[in-house]
Amino acid sequence: MTALPALGEAWGLILQPIVLGYLALGVVMGLAVGVFPGLGGIAGLSLLLPFMFGMTPVLGLALMIGMVAVVPTSDTFASVLMGIPGSSASQATVLDGFPMAKRGQAARAFSAAFASSLFGGLVGASFLTVFIVVARPIVLAFGLPEMLMVTVLGLSMVAVLAGRIPLKGIAAAGLGIMIGTIGEGDAGGSLRMATYDIPYLTDGLKLVIVGLGIFAVPEIVSLLRQDSSIAKGASLGAGWAQGVKDWFANIWLSVRCSIIGVIVGVIPGLGGSVVDWIAYGHTVQTTRDKSNFGKGEVRGVIGPESSNNAKEGGGLVPTLLFGIPGSGSMAIFIGAVALLGSGDIEVGPGMLKSNLDLTYAIVWLLALANVIGTVLCIAASGGIAKLTTIRFTYLAPFLFMLISFAAFQSGQNFEDLLALFAIGLIGIFLRRFDWSRPAFLIGFVLSNPVEKFTNQAFQIASFRFRHGMSDGLHYVFSPIVIVLLIVTVVSVVLGIRQARLIMSEGEVQSGAKRAPLVFLLVIAAYLLTAVINASMIPDYAMTDKVIPLAVGSVSLLCCLVLLAQMIRRPEGDVIFADKEIAGEDADAPYGLWGTLAWFAALIAATWVVGFILALVGFLVAFFRIRAGAGWAKTLILTAAGIGFMCLMAGALNRDFPPGLLQHAYDLPWPLK
Amino acid sequence: MTISRFTRRAVMGMVAAAGLAAPIAAQADVDLSGKTVEWVIPFSETGGSAKWANFFAPLLSQELPGNPTVVVKFMPGAGSTKGANWFQQQKNGDGTLLFGTSGSTQFPYLLGDPRVRYEYKDWNPVMASGTGGVAYLNAEDGKKFDGSANNLKDTDFIYGSQGATRLDLVPLLAWKMLGMKVEPVFGIKGRGDGRLMFERGEANIDYQTSSGYVKGSADLVAEGKAVPMMTWGSLDENGNIVRDPTFPDIPTFKEVCEATDGCETSGEAWDAWKAFFIAGFPAQKIAFLPAGTPQEVIDTYVKAFDAVRNRDDFPTISSKRVGKYKVYVGDEAKAAVKTATTVPDSAKAYVKTWLKEAYGVELK
Repeated sequence: MTALPALGEAWGLILQPIVLGYLALGVVMGLAVGVFPGLGGIAGLSLLLPFMFGMTPVLGLALMIGMVAVVPTSDTFASVLMGIPGSSASQATVLDGFPMAKRGQAARAFSAAFASSLFGGLVGASFLTVFIVVARPIVLAFGLPEMLMVTVLGLSMVAVLAGRIPLKGIAAAGLGIMIGTIGEGDAGGSLRMATYDIPYLTDGLKLVIVGLGIFAVPEIVSLLRQDSSIAKGASLGAGWAQGVKDWFANIWLSVRCSIIGVIVGVIPGLGGSVVDWIAYGHTVQTTRDKSNFGKGEVRGVIGPESSNNAKEGGGLVPTLLFGIPGSGSMAIFIGAVALLGSGDIEVGPGMLKSNLDLTYAIVWLLALANVIGTVLCIAASGGIAKLTTIRFTYLAPFLFMLISFAAFQSGQNFEDLLALFAIGLIGIFLRRFDWSRPAFLIGFVLSNPVEKFTNQAFQIASFRFRHGMSDGLHYVFSPIVIVLLIVTVVSVVLGIRQARLIMSEGEVQSGAKRAPLVFLLVIAAYLLTAVINASMIPDYAMTDKVIPLAVGSVSLLCCLVLLAQMIRRPEGDVIFADKEIAGEDADAPYGLWGTLAWFAALIAATWVVGFILALVGFLVAFFRIRAGAGWAKTLILTAAGIGFMCLMAGALNRDFPPGLLQHAYDLPWPLK
Repeated sequence: MTISRFTRRAVMGMVAAAGLAAPIAAQADVDLSGKTVEWVIPFSETGGSAKWANFFAPLLSQELPGNPTVVVKFMPGAGSTKGANWFQQQKNGDGTLLFGTSGSTQFPYLLGDPRVRYEYKDWNPVMASGTGGVAYLNAEDGKKFDGSANNLKDTDFIYGSQGATRLDLVPLLAWKMLGMKVEPVFGIKGRGDGRLMFERGEANIDYQTSSGYVKGSADLVAEGKAVPMMTWGSLDENGNIVRDPTFPDIPTFKEVCEATDGCETSGEAWDAWKAFFIAGFPAQKIAFLPAGTPQEVIDTYVKAFDAVRNRDDFPTISSKRVGKYKVYVGDEAKAAVKTATTVPDSAKAYVKTWLKEAYGVELK
């Protein structure tokens, strides 16, 4: 193997001023795109594609890698600042990052997160340098049963995040899985809780929409009702230096989570969806004092952030070695590499043989991009953290604007906005009645892998068993499966014991029976409908039927037990947790429905006159009526909002949701 | 170049934001300078069609009068049905909208999928290009392969498949005609995943389109881990199936079928297979202008694509990026679309019955 000379050549390629310049340019563009929740690397890379044709390979790679590498770094801004999971890489960061911002520690959360990201990125690159030359057999060792077990391990993190009533956590995860099965089954094409008359539902709901709906909408609405700033008391506590110290104090946690990130990232087909949950679960289990999780524990930021940049490095393995993209942005990356230079570089099995120097250049460009990105982010974080001291009423309309636009980008349908609103409602009530939102999201994210791997592994296993008992057992119980099984069991047992201590929704008071009971009955009714719906799928399409039927029944059973408990227990029991009884929400000067109506109005107006015109009306009305601003301030803020929206969308070449007006008349962009 | 184009677009966005951008009136002679051509692909950014459009877009931009910016836009959904239904509604024939279809758009149309609300006959094809496919076996079963499938009929095969109504219909029907027992594991997301399944030993038969085979599977063959079985072949001028020019050493399905007992290269099964093969491979990806586009705009595009395929470096750059298959323009493209979208009713009926019996798939 000629690894060492190739490594030297790779550094020779990278350390040229022009290459570093392109890398920095990519990083800056990546940061700009990453701040936009839900767009991430795919939008950025598509934007770069036209320029890749015939470009000098190492320059093109520097530009693209600069952009891809920093998206999981910069989307931390949205998760910490606004509780918006910018991409699947920052779902778990929200849990403790956002409470930290509320406590006035946004800058500390940022720098802890960025330091962890940087370290994770570097650990990932070092690990890959050694690992990539021997990785092929290891990747091939992960067959369907192994991937199913990794998915189950991810699901088992529900145990840690289930909240005070484990049954509620399980039911929430089950509901997440059931929402994830909506649409056409992957295997047999049967419809679950969908009809061809509503084509939108047949494709299923997108992660961006569910993530925004479950986390961002409830938080925005809640903060808006309270009419204060994100950081309570409008004062900023610990600064960025504290965050770096926090990271250094937890360096071993950061090491372990980085390694988790690389390893899970290496497995093709799973990608980033589970890695931050596994890292978060690991963080909780290895922390002695668990009482602060969900309330702003800095370790809860360090763990997932260390893993998610390391994962990007791990994700390069299936991409470079097999030509199988680990994520959407990696898929575009593969396509773009084929356009570079004279087209000689083929991402895939040949890459290690013929282009080992370029392979190493990619790995270390990724690490360098992390360094540049982190430095820029830390430099910016103090200023950006000040946003948390602004009266939230002035931020909220821009956030509604951003999440609506992000939701629309996922499918370019008007229905995307309706789905965001509907999932947002679910999120609001899950939050209010202390049902674990993380558990719901884990269920949703892992719904498709669970179903796919279960069906495929089952089909191949039964095929092997037909050949012989030992053949089948050998396939199902490989050493990797057994190890993962043990890890899963241990983590579930530990998790259930610890779950009571972790309140991802903070302290919630309990109150009267009626409201929590009604919500439980609504969930049970949906689950029952979904189970009946699944049972009507004909038997030949068993693959589309078995998961919704099984998961739905289990969740329904949980609901029934909860129902029995609710009937028997007295009012004020922990099972009747309700945020409207006492605390921030109950004391808020504005009601839920009045606040939500603003968002509904924006969506309704979009349906009539299209997004940009609706936004103009929405912003003006909001600032004048709700915020009570003068005309001058209103107009300046509105112009700034619209200008920013058009600038970003124009640069990224994106459209806005059209309305009835746009169907009737042909208008120029951005009114189009 | 990168910086300036990025800035220019950003500035355009800003100008538009300020409300200064005025709509540009359509002109009589076709000049697209200053305009943006949107090439809509009804799949996600990650698929083969994206690769295909991204390859042609900058070349097309150079050849169109006025050198408009050609941007590729993605509108995934319902396996391309959503995008195609949308395109059916589009009326702007000023040459700023181009649409790209693939075999996955053709198959639901041919099979009478109820979601199809589009009509190929309304659209104006300007360019079409194709690909081929290669089926291969693992080393163990490959030893039993002697140019016919006679010794393979007792083996249980497992195959990672994207769905019986997709392009996978062609290999699945071929293996069925050869009398092989192939059990598809559905729910695979791309042919790359299928190859990985084969490499892990979970699947023991696989097929790849030409570019996928050259990039990934040919190495397996060289290492002795896989044995090529057959290509789907290629069409000559008279519509006969001949050996694929990319793989002249691998027999076609037609040859294997002739050598295999009980497999017929005539009759309804064969006609159905051939019809769907033609729809899925030799004219797999087609670029269309919307219904009602004026003839001069169509001619402009045909000329531009013709110039692209006649570039001196086209054979080299295209073979590496999209495979060395013929690019049809103008009337050839029209003819290709006609063959790709015309399947005899008997073939449709045969395939529908088979899909229902073998996989329980009903299209209604």
